[in-house]
Amino acid sequence: MMQALKSPRLGGLSALSCVLIILPFTLSNSFQLDVAIQVGIAAIVVVGLNLLVGFAGQISLGHAGFMGMGAYMSAILSGTYGWSPLLALIFAAICVGGLAFLIGGPILRLKGHYLSMATLGLGIIIAIVINTESWLTGGPDGLVVEPLSLFGWALSPFDEYHLLGISLSGTQVWYILIASLLVFAVWLALNIIDSPTGRALRAVHGSEIAAQVVGVNTAHYKVKVFVISAVFASVMGSLSAHYTGFITPNIAGFHHSIELITMVVLGGMASTYGVILGAVILVLLPQVLADLQEFEMLAFGLILMVTMIFMPKGLLPTLLNLLNKPKQKTTSEEAA
Amino acid sequence: MSTPIIQVEGLSKVFGGVHAIENLSFSIQQGHIHSVIGPNGAGKTTLFNLITGIYTPTHGDIKLKGESIVGLDPSQLAPRGMCRTFQNLQICMNMTALENVMIGQHLQFKSSLLATLFRLPCVVQADQQAREKAAELMDFVGCAKYLNTEASAMPYGALKRLEIARALAAKPDILLLDEPAAGLNGAETAELDTLIQKVAQSGVTVVLVEHDMKLVMNISDYLLVLDYGKKLAEGTPEEIRHNPDVIAAYLGG
Amino acid sequence: MLAELLQYLFTGVTLGATYALVALGFTLIYNASHVINFAQGEFLMIGGMSTFFLLEAGLPLPIAILLSVLLAGALGIALQKFAIAPAKNADVVTLIIITIGASIFLRGLAQLVWDKEIHAVPAFSGDTPLVIGGATLLPQNLWVLGISVIVVLALVYFFTRTLTGKAILATSMNADAAKLVGIKTQFILMLAFALSAILGAVAGVVVAPITFTAYDIGIMLGLKGFVAAAIGGLGNGVGAIVGGLILGVTETLAAGYISSDYKDAVPFVIILLILFFLPNGLFGSRSTERV
Repeated sequence: MMQALKSPRLGGLSALSCVLIILPFTLSNSFQLDVAIQVGIAAIVVVGLNLLVGFAGQISLGHAGFMGMGAYMSAILSGTYGWSPLLALIFAAICVGGLAFLIGGPILRLKGHYLSMATLGLGIIIAIVINTESWLTGGPDGLVVEPLSLFGWALSPFDEYHLLGISLSGTQVWYILIASLLVFAVWLALNIIDSPTGRALRAVHGSEIAAQVVGVNTAHYKVKVFVISAVFASVMGSLSAHYTGFITPNIAGFHHSIELITMVVLGGMASTYGVILGAVILVLLPQVLADLQEFEMLAFGLILMVTMIFMPKGLLPTLLNLLNKPKQKTTSEEAA
Repeated sequence: MSTPIIQVEGLSKVFGGVHAIENLSFSIQQGHIHSVIGPNGAGKTTLFNLITGIYTPTHGDIKLKGESIVGLDPSQLAPRGMCRTFQNLQICMNMTALENVMIGQHLQFKSSLLATLFRLPCVVQADQQAREKAAELMDFVGCAKYLNTEASAMPYGALKRLEIARALAAKPDILLLDEPAAGLNGAETAELDTLIQKVAQSGVTVVLVEHDMKLVMNISDYLLVLDYGKKLAEGTPEEIRHNPDVIAAYLGG
Repeated sequence: MLAELLQYLFTGVTLGATYALVALGFTLIYNASHVINFAQGEFLMIGGMSTFFLLEAGLPLPIAILLSVLLAGALGIALQKFAIAPAKNADVVTLIIITIGASIFLRGLAQLVWDKEIHAVPAFSGDTPLVIGGATLLPQNLWVLGISVIVVLALVYFFTRTLTGKAILATSMNADAAKLVGIKTQFILMLAFALSAILGAVAGVVVAPITFTAYDIGIMLGLKGFVAAAIGGLGNGVGAIVGGLILGVTETLAAGYISSDYKDAVPFVIILLILFFLPNGLFGSRSTERV
């Protein structure tokens, strides 16, 4: 009985860590490592977004806006105004969290399509502001970003570093940073989900009225998770800007928002590992489809449609279901 | 007699010109099993929705333990000791049965966001206690065997009891049950009968909306009969059984 | 001064009429199936692009338009039959992703079959502007307005006077009940998608001479149509028309008097403000939750 009351957490985390440790040894060049880092950045954003969309059931079609704000604030504060990148990142996260808090109240009263409309609008407005205020943001031409630095120690993908007697390229150090952050982010997400806060969030999705009658202030929790997921996006926007060294308004655009929500839905809503799989697929797919050249868009749209039609619950939950089915049969046979 | 736990005065609710509840006054005594009966469309569920803050009354006042609760939303009523179940199940199908009950304990948790994020030992400990308490409650309502079952995989009758467990987890002083026996078979109804009495014995005031006359007459201390949103009669089961108006409404139509 | 305002109003109403047609397309599909079709804008693109290339191929304008509108209608039916119908029990978000997938697919198809260039469809009846109160009005603006009015009247007739129109309304109110009285709901859904695609294509063709057309114009037009539909309250036909006109006029006024750079942001600022105060749009019903 006691055993049945414990929830398994460490298994998934250690499996993820193993994959992340082994992965770089299977990659043959720094280009592949770079793709892995891009996947990691996207994965962390959607682990946060999934708290909002998958667990609390609130749609956001504008999350790239938050990521873009984080990226541009970091870039501008550290570049134009000479702030330390870490300070800029934290300041950006606070501002983005503050914006999400202010706007979350009225927006999250909305339901269904009205909520998607409002979040979509918010994201597009942020993108248009970034595009238009070119005196500050460089406009559509983009902006060069300083490398990430900590106490005068700059981390550029193009430099060599020596850590504990091992020589590492900048890209490798970035990989280590992002991989550790991913494990950390998943740990945070699992902690939230498996807590009174997480249960309140899932109850908002399951039955908002039932949550209310047992005293859950659902409006408060919706705003809370909106802020948390926005901060995830902002921090990763900042890091992504420092990593790539160059940003354009596309990072905040509607397409990017759609990409992010697609990772969540395709990978499997309310499945933390599922959405990571979603990030892997959505970052890799364009790389693979690039060979198809003019067929790329066509194929991408088709894959998206077909997957969602035949696996509406998302990839990972569907796969796990398939794996579990024969097992369930044997247990029921044993019981009989 | 002590102050009634619920006091309703001149309550009306109008939906687009239709009086769903009209000038209704009554009170509910602490510790009673108080049933609200009446034909379909009599306004029973509307009355529940008014008392539990889901609807706002057009006129009138509702007092909980002597304090007016008009205008408060459901999440503000739970801390004041009121909880309810629903006629159409409101179970979180995206969670396990146990987690559904743990939702009911929401108000008993006070942990900071930081403690939650980093899963500090205090959170782990509180969580473990919550699980054990929730498991006890599931046992109490007779759902022990569904402990780690996904709610979506449970049979209808068990979900009805799970809702009661969730409501009890909120430690209410007054529990409103909206047609708990609807859709249950005879054996399940009998179990429910026992369960409601157990709940009442533990000191919780139970308000019941029910169609199953046998159940209502068996276990109620007091009844309120509604017809077209108005009070038709109230009294003990014995009084109601012999009330000519009630007989006319139910039999004469 | 007045001439300038008049000029903005002409442009705004023309633009608004286009948005209204797109919004009506959203409304139709939303009513019939509670799906927000993010591929709605692609039908405008198909209308414009197809007309341009059929004209290039030497067909006369009316035939090119007719064929383009029919093409869009067929694609609308295909969208419903192959993408929406198989996923009928999916979540709102899942359906959104499916229609977004469809829009990417259609865009991909367009750039493959046609090209990635920007094209101008010639105006239907010349470019000689009319001067009214100091403001110029192109004949094409009149075409847009005239055709929009005709389309709206035709829709009103269809929904109030024909059995099929009433069957669509019945299905939107209660699909199960509609099925019970013998309405073929699957056929009705296909019809709704076809009609909505035709509306989009018509809008796409008539504005193409003014706004130009390209494989990717559908995204912004579609989103603005969605905004227009939401302004009025999703599912409300009159609301969609009013929403479209409000959007067109404010957008043009803002572009003229405030900043043309922020023209595209205007619809989204408006919808956010409206939803802050009226969570169900201007004409949306206050629904009470049933428990």
